[in-house]
Amino acid sequence: MLRFIIRRILLGIPVLVTVATLTFIIMHWVPGGPFDSDKILPPEIIANIEAKYHLDKPLPLQYLLYMKQLLQGDLGPSYKYLGRDVSDIIRDTFPVSFTLGLCAVLVVLGLGIPAGMISAYWKNSLLDRSVLLFAAMGISVPSFVLGAILVWIFSHHWHLLPPALWEGPRHMVLPAFALGAGFAGYIARLTRTTLLDVLDSDYIRTARAKGLTESTILFKHALKNSIYPIVSVMGPLTAGLITGSFVIEYIFSIPGMGRFFITAVTNRDYPLIMGVTLVYAVLIVIANTIVDMVYSWLDPRVTLK
Amino acid sequence: MNRLASKLSAGFLLIVSAVAVFAPWVAPYSYETQDTLQTLAFPNMEHWMGTDRLGRDLLSRMIYGARVSLFIGVFTTLFALLIGTLYGAISAYAGGRTDNLMMRGVDVVFALPDLLMIILITVLMGRGVAGVFIALTLVSWVTVARLVRGEVLRIKEYPYIMAARALGASPVRILVREIFPNILGILVVTLSFRVPVAILAESTLSFIGLGIAPPFSSWGSLANDGWTAIKFYPHLILFPSSAIFLTILSFNFLGDGLRETLDPKASKVSA
Repeated sequence: MLRFIIRRILLGIPVLVTVATLTFIIMHWVPGGPFDSDKILPPEIIANIEAKYHLDKPLPLQYLLYMKQLLQGDLGPSYKYLGRDVSDIIRDTFPVSFTLGLCAVLVVLGLGIPAGMISAYWKNSLLDRSVLLFAAMGISVPSFVLGAILVWIFSHHWHLLPPALWEGPRHMVLPAFALGAGFAGYIARLTRTTLLDVLDSDYIRTARAKGLTESTILFKHALKNSIYPIVSVMGPLTAGLITGSFVIEYIFSIPGMGRFFITAVTNRDYPLIMGVTLVYAVLIVIANTIVDMVYSWLDPRVTLK
Repeated sequence: MNRLASKLSAGFLLIVSAVAVFAPWVAPYSYETQDTLQTLAFPNMEHWMGTDRLGRDLLSRMIYGARVSLFIGVFTTLFALLIGTLYGAISAYAGGRTDNLMMRGVDVVFALPDLLMIILITVLMGRGVAGVFIALTLVSWVTVARLVRGEVLRIKEYPYIMAARALGASPVRILVREIFPNILGILVVTLSFRVPVAILAESTLSFIGLGIAPPFSSWGSLANDGWTAIKFYPHLILFPSSAIFLTILSFNFLGDGLRETLDPKASKVSA
């Protein structure tokens, strides 16, 4: 297990280096820079600023300087939030985004798996059909549309939940639901399909023949074998939740990393763009590693390589 | 039920596309005409979907917005399909070290957080249709490349390909005449599932104000305009949001239907 983790970390390093390099190239590809403004500054001042941040040096050298700094674990200063380091900003905003993501995962699993189970167990019933319809709708509804609907109904119309900000559990309900509902649709469909397959298999017939109760069959025998496909899509799903979160952060004015990313891009705050992109990439790598570990822990037929 | 849903969806999409193509003839007003007597109007006889804060007719703006949304959705996907198919087919057919190297390239693009890259590229390219177009194509061709590679690897081993090779057919001929017709079905299914993904990405981008820039509008940017006034004028976000939702839903239903008809492997799976 330890060897597996070490191997995955080592494999993750080239991925991160590539992400950093590509982001660097894309950022510097287009003309214009972080200190262009409508206000015309004296050339000496611009030269001074650019010298301070090494922006006057040739691009390859800037790249090497940045990578060297990165290797020392330093993400550099933000260009626009003066006096703040990128790592400070990330330290403040990361927990917010992480909590949001975690709540969304709870929504995805808590809604998707039971819905899929109900759907598979009462196959072709009215209940099944409504679950399928809702799942199709969930998959098709953009999170910002769902967010808007939720805000209008629960905040503006019924005044039940706050429409914005991040000040406690009550503030988390709507964003987590808006972020997670679409993915819950996927999980519901996936659970249904695999569970239907499993319920058709011989060992379930054997279990029925032994006279086990339906709930034992469903929860102890069938569910266990249909959980694997769900675990294996959790990797890409987590990635989707992570990158999808900034729309939600925008709608609900949540002070998370995603919102900072948007302002960083419009401001051309190079170090902040880099920092946030790298944190996202690291998260995706970690999520995939954890998913693979859980998978092998659940399914003894799979060995970690 | 699935058959009916996909037929209805196809009909809906045809109507929306026709409206988008013939926008100047269908739209009651131009997308920038201001009716200064009716600003922020609710739906009425003159303005069926109401007007925005500048008095512009929402229905007309929706019709013109359909052009942008559908154009980006369909054409980025076609483009990504073209690049991905070529790349995947060549990689699979070449095999060996070339294949390995080409697939590492795909892995790298896959490792990028895609929505972040789309934002980055779009904003830096200057927030136009071109930027959104390039960004979406760049991140979406890899999915197609992987899919096509897998299919070609599978089909390559069939006896009839061996027969074609024994008859002296060139690799290009084998790829184009023997293999391509066999993956066409899967490509059509992929098209109908990838278009909504592209529409979603574009509308998300425009919704957070980073996509299509004014005076042009897509459904996403219209929804963003409506979002700021949601409390008192919910119709301004209701119509564009519904258009996005129904279009994506229709493409997904259509994809389900097409998969059942065109993909023999998937016919018994109903998920």
